[in-house]
Amino acid sequence: MAGGAATGGSVQSETYREARTWLLLPAWVTLGILTLAPLTIMLVYSFLTKEFRGGVIWEFSLAAYDQFFFDRGLFGDEPPRIEWTYIGIFWRSIWQAGAATVLSLLIGFPTAYFIAMRPQKERALWVFLVTIPYWVNLLIRTVSMKFLLRDEGPLNEGLMAIGLISEPLGIVNTNLAVQLGLFYSYLPFMVLPIYAAVERYNLALSEAAADLYAPRWTILRRIVLPSVRPGIVAGCILVFVPSLGSFLAPDLLGGAKTFMIGSLIEEQFKGNAGNWPFGAAASMILLTMVLILLILSARPSRKGVR
Amino acid sequence: MKKLLTTAAALSLIAGAASAEGKLVIYHWFEYMPQDLLEKFSEEHDVEVVMDTYDSNEALLASLKAGAIGTYDVAVPGDYMVQIMGNEGLLDTIADGELANKGNIAPEWADPSFDPGRASSIPYQWGSTSFAVNRDVYEGDINSTDILFNPPEELSGKINMLDSQGEVLAMAALHMDIPQCSSDRDQLRALNDMLQSAKAHWASFNSDTAKEVLVSGDAAAGQIYDGFAAKARAEGANVEYAFPTQGYIVWMDNVVLLKDAPNRENALLFMDFLLEPENIAAVTNYARYNAGVTGVAGFLDPSLAEQPESNPPAEAGAGVFIEVCDQATQEVYDQIWTNLKK
Amino acid sequence: MAKPYDLRHYPGFLGVTLLCLLILYAPLGVVAVYSFNGSQSITIWEGFSLRWYVDVFTGPESAKFKQAAWNSFIIAIAAATIATSIATLAATAVLRAGKFRMRTLSIGLISLPLMVPEIVTAVATLIFFNAIAFERGLMTILLAHIAFCIPFAYMPISARMQGIEASYEQAAMDLYATRRQAFTRILLPLMMPGIVSGFILAFIISLDDFIITNFVKGAGVETLPTAIFGAVKQGIKPNIMAISTMLLAVSIVMVTLSWLIGRKDQKNLIQQRKKK
Repeated sequence: MAGGAATGGSVQSETYREARTWLLLPAWVTLGILTLAPLTIMLVYSFLTKEFRGGVIWEFSLAAYDQFFFDRGLFGDEPPRIEWTYIGIFWRSIWQAGAATVLSLLIGFPTAYFIAMRPQKERALWVFLVTIPYWVNLLIRTVSMKFLLRDEGPLNEGLMAIGLISEPLGIVNTNLAVQLGLFYSYLPFMVLPIYAAVERYNLALSEAAADLYAPRWTILRRIVLPSVRPGIVAGCILVFVPSLGSFLAPDLLGGAKTFMIGSLIEEQFKGNAGNWPFGAAASMILLTMVLILLILSARPSRKGVR
Repeated sequence: MKKLLTTAAALSLIAGAASAEGKLVIYHWFEYMPQDLLEKFSEEHDVEVVMDTYDSNEALLASLKAGAIGTYDVAVPGDYMVQIMGNEGLLDTIADGELANKGNIAPEWADPSFDPGRASSIPYQWGSTSFAVNRDVYEGDINSTDILFNPPEELSGKINMLDSQGEVLAMAALHMDIPQCSSDRDQLRALNDMLQSAKAHWASFNSDTAKEVLVSGDAAAGQIYDGFAAKARAEGANVEYAFPTQGYIVWMDNVVLLKDAPNRENALLFMDFLLEPENIAAVTNYARYNAGVTGVAGFLDPSLAEQPESNPPAEAGAGVFIEVCDQATQEVYDQIWTNLKK
Repeated sequence: MAKPYDLRHYPGFLGVTLLCLLILYAPLGVVAVYSFNGSQSITIWEGFSLRWYVDVFTGPESAKFKQAAWNSFIIAIAAATIATSIATLAATAVLRAGKFRMRTLSIGLISLPLMVPEIVTAVATLIFFNAIAFERGLMTILLAHIAFCIPFAYMPISARMQGIEASYEQAAMDLYATRRQAFTRILLPLMMPGIVSGFILAFIISLDDFIITNFVKGAGVETLPTAIFGAVKQGIKPNIMAISTMLLAVSIVMVTLSWLIGRKDQKNLIQQRKKK
């Protein structure tokens, strides 16, 4: 019984070898037409000349990538230096999304484990309890989150009324507010994949370890966590990647004082700048970054106990 | 075949809608058109009205340039965007005599710089953009752009700016008394530096919630449109709208006839409809801005004429439109904006 | 043998779960309370009133909201169903069909919609639909939603499948079950929690989408997010709060009902397992 599940390695078999083309065909057709084709358009656009105020001119150009990596001063005629502006924006977004992911994992894992260990008939109810709030639109959730966190909102007034704090925490328009907003936006995307994995976890493994006098937190760290690793990885991806390109939480909760990747790219298509090739190039760079990240996370885990 | 599809789509989507003579597709701002006025037009002319919305002039342009042109009949861009859309060839020309009520356009709006001779547009609403200050927080003189760019201590850190490059940079140009489309490098560097130091005093950039942050008290001062300031006041915020001596921004939204409009006839009917004083006054009463049509006075909510947001004091500076810069100049301003938000 | 502790329970996990639910519901609780506010403003309480609920059903925009909510629901159900089916088949191929050349490429393709910022997908999809002269309407929204729902459905499904040993199906096939039978009778039931999770995630991501929908929808076709977006961005209005509260109430009722109905089925299932 133990084997695959205990080591956390992905179970693979060749059961459906002959059918694989047919199994993959729907995904290939749908995504090939609806994602790959539009994305190819964007890839092409990133190498074209920008048309002033939006659109492209069909002439090859590396200007968009040049703008991303090299700083030529306010007027564009100084000798090129490394451009830190956009790297800074990317770094800040990664940091925010990373913090939101860690926060989601810290809250999401115990929740998922707790739900998966409920009696079978109760589990669905708990899962729905976690997902029901997401029937309400993201924008409304974000706005009401802001309302709750405001200096004169219920949270601060409640804490002041019971004397825990003497003046408002001043959360709105800070990085913390953005992280809380992202966390709130995507929490079920962490809980559900982990739940689906833990639900499958064979508790006998934990019990065997306990019989050998392993402390319970060691069991959690050494046995449970590696076994449900695919669920955790899936959850982290589903929270981290959308957070990276999100701009609702940064705009509404963070005050939009600084660009995030999402708002930077949006500005290129919907803002004054109207620089489509640059927006396309920034997306391609983001895409490459995330792809590398994904490939790293998809590598099989190191087996055995450290 | 295409027609069949359209009909089928219309039937399945607009459940229960009566079969109308024709259709009119409007591309409009959020929350800027009273629903009953649309219904009135729809009944008067037996036209089925479909409205789609956007949230900024630039979003309108992006959508049209990505291929939405040809699906809408009319849109409502702001002054500078009318000029840009004209340059981009996105507008159709209204021939002489096609609009029966063209004479109703107020003389001062009949030949604006952004659309000479009103070749493609009619006035919708106009107003101003400056800023409002919460008088509970700050009691001193507010009629200076220093409030935004070099604020008194009481307001520092509690200022909301519009998240719009045009409005922030135009206001900054007024503050520094330099042209909006300057190509003087010293002026541009000074502008860049001034904004960098002013940013330390700002709490947030938000256009949509410009009113809400003032009402809720999240911001003590904020760049805002006059109608929004009036609504904030009506909702109980003790805010005063400023008319800085350095000047303020004036804007006008205009109904334009789009190129390749699928229902051109109805679009013209709609424009004529909006040039009737009674109808456009209904929009003004709803949005609390100003109409650019003669003879509306009798139909307006009396409180509108008296509201302080519509009555600049004598010492107020001049109102100016946002200017359209050429490509090379605009690129420098884009860079300044990116520097501000990096 | 008696254990010193119960491994199902870790101290603090219940607390974290309750905290999690508190965080999830607190903002919506505030919305629900203020939907009964007599005043226009979200910030000032002016006494209990049902006027906003009346407004939702009789106000000038009631027809629009009703149609929009219906469109949203239909699109979310359809997109989630199709995306979940596609994702289940794809996960089976990726995890149960050995190593093959297109495998890594397939994983990449499936994750692709997740990695592109929405605004880029929105503009690119609009340009694409225009290029092939596909008329915008409900259909374009549905197609776009299916595409970006696939990775959200795929992730939990594949995470689950990685934990299921192939020996179950092998055993079934050793006992002369066909491959199809092994798939439908063994793998699918074992996959259910993953499939349900995937479906729910796809459903809520479709229900939430504004940016892509707003670009690819035809004129006059509204989903709930596009219908309320302007009103909410300029400061959430009480009638929107009333709509949200009703949505929440409807979903709670539906879930409770389905749970009550489902209890019976699950009892049967448990008995079956016990027999096994």
